[in-house]
Amino acid sequence: MADTVKLPEDSFKPITADDRAALDSEKIAAPSLTFTQDAWRRLKKNRGAWISLIILGIIFIMAFGSIFFSPHNPNAVNPSYANLPSKIPGVNINGFNGTLVQAGERVDAYKQAGASSLHYIMGTDYLGRDLFSRVLYGTRISLIIALVATLFDLTIGVTYGLFSGWKGGRVDTIMQRIIEIILSIPNLVVIVLLILILKPGMTSIIIAIALTSWVNMARLVRAQTMEIKEQEYVLAARTLGESSLKIAFKHLLPNLSSVIIINTMFTIPSAIFFEATLSYIGIGISSPQASLGTLLNDGQKNFQFLPYQMWWPALILCIIMLAFNLLGDGLRDAFDPRTKE
Amino acid sequence: MDNEKDILEVRNLQVNFKTYAGDVKAIRNVNLDLRKGETLAIVGESGSGKSVTTRTIMGLNATNADIVSGSILFKGQDLLKKSEKEMQAIRGQDIAEIFQDPMTSLDPTMKIGRQIAEPLMVHKGMKKEKALAQALEMMKLVGITDAENRINDYPHQFSGGMRQRIVIAIALINYPEVLIADEPTTALDVTIQAQILNLMKELQDKISTSIIFITHDLGVVAGMADRVAVMYAGKIVEYGTVDEIFYNPKHPYTWGLLSSMPTLDSSGDSLPSIPGTPPDLLDPPTGDAFAARNAYALKIDTEKEPPFFKVSDTHYAATWLLHPDAPKVTPPAQIVERQKKYAKMQKDWLAAQKASTPIEEEEEQQ
Amino acid sequence: MAKYLAKRIFYLILTLFIVITVTFFLMKLLPGTPLTNQAKLSKSQIALIYQQYGLDKPVWQQYLLYLAGAVKGNFGTSFQFSDQPVSYLLSSRIGPSLQIGLQAMILGVILGIIIGALGAMRQNTWVDTTTTVVSIIGISIPSFVLAVLLQYYLGLKLGWFPIAEWGGFIYTVLPTLALGATPLAESARFVRTEMVDVLSSDYIELAKAKGLSRMGVIYHHALRNSLIPLITIVGPLAVNIMTGSMVVENIFSIPGIGEQFVKSVLTNDYPTIMGLTIIYSFMLCVVLLITDILYGIVDPRIRITGKAN
Repeated sequence: MADTVKLPEDSFKPITADDRAALDSEKIAAPSLTFTQDAWRRLKKNRGAWISLIILGIIFIMAFGSIFFSPHNPNAVNPSYANLPSKIPGVNINGFNGTLVQAGERVDAYKQAGASSLHYIMGTDYLGRDLFSRVLYGTRISLIIALVATLFDLTIGVTYGLFSGWKGGRVDTIMQRIIEIILSIPNLVVIVLLILILKPGMTSIIIAIALTSWVNMARLVRAQTMEIKEQEYVLAARTLGESSLKIAFKHLLPNLSSVIIINTMFTIPSAIFFEATLSYIGIGISSPQASLGTLLNDGQKNFQFLPYQMWWPALILCIIMLAFNLLGDGLRDAFDPRTKE
Repeated sequence: MDNEKDILEVRNLQVNFKTYAGDVKAIRNVNLDLRKGETLAIVGESGSGKSVTTRTIMGLNATNADIVSGSILFKGQDLLKKSEKEMQAIRGQDIAEIFQDPMTSLDPTMKIGRQIAEPLMVHKGMKKEKALAQALEMMKLVGITDAENRINDYPHQFSGGMRQRIVIAIALINYPEVLIADEPTTALDVTIQAQILNLMKELQDKISTSIIFITHDLGVVAGMADRVAVMYAGKIVEYGTVDEIFYNPKHPYTWGLLSSMPTLDSSGDSLPSIPGTPPDLLDPPTGDAFAARNAYALKIDTEKEPPFFKVSDTHYAATWLLHPDAPKVTPPAQIVERQKKYAKMQKDWLAAQKASTPIEEEEEQQ
Repeated sequence: MAKYLAKRIFYLILTLFIVITVTFFLMKLLPGTPLTNQAKLSKSQIALIYQQYGLDKPVWQQYLLYLAGAVKGNFGTSFQFSDQPVSYLLSSRIGPSLQIGLQAMILGVILGIIIGALGAMRQNTWVDTTTTVVSIIGISIPSFVLAVLLQYYLGLKLGWFPIAEWGGFIYTVLPTLALGATPLAESARFVRTEMVDVLSSDYIELAKAKGLSRMGVIYHHALRNSLIPLITIVGPLAVNIMTGSMVVENIFSIPGIGEQFVKSVLTNDYPTIMGLTIIYSFMLCVVLLITDILYGIVDPRIRITGKAN
């Protein structure tokens, strides 16, 4: 309680309003961001998601670039070059330098086959087909399937869910029952049945997988729609006389966008997984066509001595699924402003 | 400072929070006393440090909290030096807390009887049967109707006001010596608010507990508190008895708070408010933190922090306006009115004292 | 409660009815009969076989007969194994599938809960990071890739477990591990997210203010609130296991319904495919029904709604 401190002469001069304004440390801390900018910034911070995004970008470019530019023809059979291990130019690690262990000895398989001038980055399979080209081709198929499934998701799934959630009441109950019935049969069984009817082949797999993926999206969109339509801004829009369609586009969809995008990220690995599983069993795409599933199947046959034939497609498959999962997780965190930073 | 009657003493408390942007100086040298049996209200706007102070007393701060210095003496022992285990023994037993939002304070999947009985089982090692019986008594004490049947109900079956009563029951079941109430009525309807406050006053007598009441609502303070401490930007700027703070405030911030509260006597079209926002505590300003928003600021407010100036034995304010060399200022109109009332109150009180003194003299002679 | 149960069971029956109907007519659309591989028979022999399979009757009659039979558990005779009724084929094979499926589910979920809870309790430490990594890997590696790897390394190379066939308990270990990886990963991720949410809630703060120890808070309050929502993912996990079992059984040559499904599809054995579809649907519906009811019992907010103020 010091009221006896010695203070300079003019200490007790009142300060003006301008002086006060100068003091005001009301600095704007950071520029205000829109929702998408904020989400993007948060996504970039998440290293796992960011790396996944980059890797997926690379894979996309390579897989679709292979339409124009492929090292070898994925279906070209070359029996004399069968079962060659990986040979990456410039890399001299065992496993990637074209050498194999045969009968206890390490030999240069390429020399043996008379192919010293050639490079097969992932090696060749039992028919001498370039594994790398086949993996690219198979990845492309997986990605196409994923994209078509996503398309169905976005069109059928979102519309169904939006309509069901918005209408509510009887219509909603019936639409939900239908979904429940579809959901009461395991996906794979439905897909298999559809393939049987449509005859096995690439188109039928794409259609079959797409037809079963939209259901989950519809459910999520419906749940979210029902939540949003209770909000007051929707009530305000209706009071102003906006048509339902306009409300759907202007108010509902933007707020559903996060749920939609996130769910898409998880639909894709699911679709890819189904295709790989089916092709692996032999119900989907079958040899000699290259798909990740058939490659795994072929590779498994030689796993004991030539493990690389299965490792490569397995690795690529896992990386793709991992990347989409991490990206989906990252997006979910980025869109939800409440998660801890 | 009367040490025998103090049950809780906070001395020179400084608490920082480590964040990515730097250290936030949330509590900057706070001194507080809680006397036995009294209700101390801590008033301030959001971010002033009220909750951090009580969290620090309970030892429930987040992991990035750094207690730079200070001590918190409870019955003579420094709580800041205690281990987590020792603090667990104190929480819920000697010092209890009730929180702001009754809708989320209770475990939704546990029967409320069990939740009320829990402190008994944890601290006194009571068996479940006995603890539940006592919980039932407590439920009746806090005014929960049909307690026998409701003891096995779940929180979602109760209204907000009832849930807050349950929270109070939980806090008081071990008859703690100190009760910290962190804005317990902010989330309730006004009528329910009154009920809960009455309940707390009633129970305070029955259980003889001392209460620290945090609020930003001055109306609640008027009804509940014995003494008031006003906090701003991590410091206490003024403290005193409730009459002194309401009728003879000396700090411009307190003036602002009281003026912005509409009363029956308020006239005029616009309600005064304090312009601006509290300062960023990452980098607190030199001098008085309130200077930027203070119409009565002096040059020295921008250079040195004001120390506490004594207004009476129980009333202190940290403002340079109370320095003997400071110019005399006229507080806002409403405050002047209050001070007039206060002067009148003082006169009446003195008159009452004089009237009763002859009797005292007689008693002394006898 | 009873009314709710009755309604759900009604829907179960309705769903199965629709599934049976749809699959029946789908199968009728498909080309292929028991005679697809035997073109050398005479007309009268063909007519005889048709009669034997009931294929000479009008479609709607075939349907009603099938329905009647299905209710009694009779799904007709297999095309592939012409002497075996489908129901026999299914009942003899369902045991191994159920065993592996249940084991995988229990193993996955219990371990998942432990790992997820540990991750949430030690948030942002190495424990948490490991948890997240394990979950993510488990979700990303398809069960059949894992199955092949396990079979090769633990079965063939290390010889710890048999690589195929069905015998005693030890034959179930590798398949269970392969199928259990995804439930483990999903459960761990889910529990971790839930528990992190729960641990930051107000009632946990109150529990701490009561003086409960950290373990006390977790055991008495956090766990229950975190685990109740887990029931909702049991359904999808069951689907995942059923799907995975088709391939895993194939890889390990386990005589289960998954392996049978694949074989039937490859041989166009429609009665068996139909029977299997119905069995799968039935199992899934039962799982969904049980989880629904269980959730209603365990979460007091759903169980007790009437007595609110």
